[in-house]
Amino acid sequence: MNAMVKPELICPAGTPAALRSAVDAGADAVYCGYQNATNARNFVGLNFTPEEMENSIRYAHEGGTKVLITLNTFPPAGKVELWKEMVDLSARLGADACIVADIAVAAYIRDNHPDMRIHLSVQAAASSPEAIEYYVREFGVKRVVLPRIMTVSEIRDLLKEIPCEVETFIFGNHGLMVEGRCSLTTYVTGQSTNMDGACSPAACVKYERADDGSMSTILGDYMIDRFGPEETAGYPTICKGRYKCDARDGGYYAFEEPVSLNASNMLPDLITAGVHAFKIEGRQRSKAYVKKVVAAFREAVDSIMAGQEPKLADLIALTEGQKQTEGALKTKKWR
Amino acid sequence: MNPSLTLGPNLFHWPAKQRIDFYNRIADESPVGTVYLGEVICSKRTPFFDDVHLPAVAERLERAGKTVVYSSFSEVVIKRERNILMEWSKQEGRDLEVNNTAALLHLKDRPHRIGGLLNVYNEDTMSYLAGQGATHFSLLPELPRATIARLGEKARELGVGVEVQVFGRASLALSARCYHARAHERTKNNCQFVCGEDPDGMTLKTMDEKPFLTINGIQTLSYGYLDLMADLDDMRSIGVTHFRVMPHTCDMIAVTRAFDDVLAGRVDVAEGEAKLRELGIEAPFINGFYRGRAGHDWVPRVTEMA
Repeated sequence: MNAMVKPELICPAGTPAALRSAVDAGADAVYCGYQNATNARNFVGLNFTPEEMENSIRYAHEGGTKVLITLNTFPPAGKVELWKEMVDLSARLGADACIVADIAVAAYIRDNHPDMRIHLSVQAAASSPEAIEYYVREFGVKRVVLPRIMTVSEIRDLLKEIPCEVETFIFGNHGLMVEGRCSLTTYVTGQSTNMDGACSPAACVKYERADDGSMSTILGDYMIDRFGPEETAGYPTICKGRYKCDARDGGYYAFEEPVSLNASNMLPDLITAGVHAFKIEGRQRSKAYVKKVVAAFREAVDSIMAGQEPKLADLIALTEGQKQTEGALKTKKWR
Repeated sequence: MNPSLTLGPNLFHWPAKQRIDFYNRIADESPVGTVYLGEVICSKRTPFFDDVHLPAVAERLERAGKTVVYSSFSEVVIKRERNILMEWSKQEGRDLEVNNTAALLHLKDRPHRIGGLLNVYNEDTMSYLAGQGATHFSLLPELPRATIARLGEKARELGVGVEVQVFGRASLALSARCYHARAHERTKNNCQFVCGEDPDGMTLKTMDEKPFLTINGIQTLSYGYLDLMADLDDMRSIGVTHFRVMPHTCDMIAVTRAFDDVLAGRVDVAEGEAKLRELGIEAPFINGFYRGRAGHDWVPRVTEMA
């Protein structure tokens, strides 16, 4: 236990205000992106202008917090220039790392900003030592954000084989498809998650209440779920919907229940496995939410490192009544 | 035989006997120039066909004059998958099609192909991979024409092939979880190969009974079948060198002949399309991705050109 490395707490910042909250609550690093397709949370009202980024980086650095820039989408042919500009900007503003998924973006950083740390995004879906080693060898990747599909014991084994740091998701929204390998949104709406940073975009969403009181949630031309009068309607994310198939009577969650990842009980295991950084999802969340979650996990990580029992009850309240899951971390049965 | 027409890897879990018969017919009767073999979806399936019959089937196709390419796993996590992939990466004398970056580790400076499940979205990524030995790129189904045109231009400059899927269900998403097993209230470990019950995949319908998606183990596909027959000439003009049809249970000899006929100019597009519509495929045809629209759309060519 003496050799335990204290993992960094990597926190979401969808806005400058959320960034300040995260810094104040004890984040070791925040991750955030620009207001364009270069990041995978390209939503209206989120993300940073260059000026905001400059000020935010200054604020974070004064608080001893690193800033990691998400450039984690895949530039379509003819548009790579925008991603390169955002890399240049990030370097100029003194960002601590860029989180990238596309080979072209990684190669550009390696060739033009050799001092910039490259973190391999979860969108790159590197889930084996070979895939990770490839990115380390080719681009000098310093850290890989692991796909949310591995058990703790698989992560432990992986760490023995790879020449870079590992970051795992521990809390927040829980996507079921391998990130970076999903074009369901393009199929339904014509906007692409990988190229445009859009997943089930709000502009294509409709809610329709029927006479019987049921509420349908619709994305494009497809009903993603239908809720009874007593149920709370959720957002129509394609992989969280209820569908029908011949093997089942009535609708079922074909991909996953609407659950939220909460790996708080597994933090000690993840720490002893040697994970270098814990990532909290939620750039679309309010600053108040960010503050509470970051503070709770700050306390938890510090307690565990001090050999004390962490207090995690607060986190249950933050999941907004959603069911909790430890995702793939606990058991292969998840698959 | 048409060198620009290819048969992609079979994504579904068909019984070995059915697969052998299928490829025997392809060898004897289909005009495709290249056949991709190999399990790309689920490593649990390989003992049934790949581990036993692949060499003989490949040989049979090669004797019939086809080029055979092995296509490799899209998801590589467990030891067995890693070992199989490593073995395949080292084989001599036959190209490997790569569907996961893990394979690239072993293939530096050796000729290989990039599969339609690996993310190549732009000309810089294409150049990078070509610089390391990639000779041929099968593109992602979601790419619109404008993106394909840029990639086609770059490919011409690099001297590499560009392949686009023109027929069959489009792959939309991959997961570590098996949704086939889940539908039957099982897990991936005790799936009992229930995916074998659905030779073209399992249809998911919306709550209002509209067919939507297709499940194939860890893969989610479109419900609609791609049909880009009307765009073959256009694609050729923007640098697409190969056209891929994907195996389904419909008459694939008829499908590949129809595409061959249109590519060779023996029949016009209307007649070729009519042939595809006589095959008894229940699902609609789709072409929205190519037109830069929602993938499930069908946009008649006249509208698109206007």
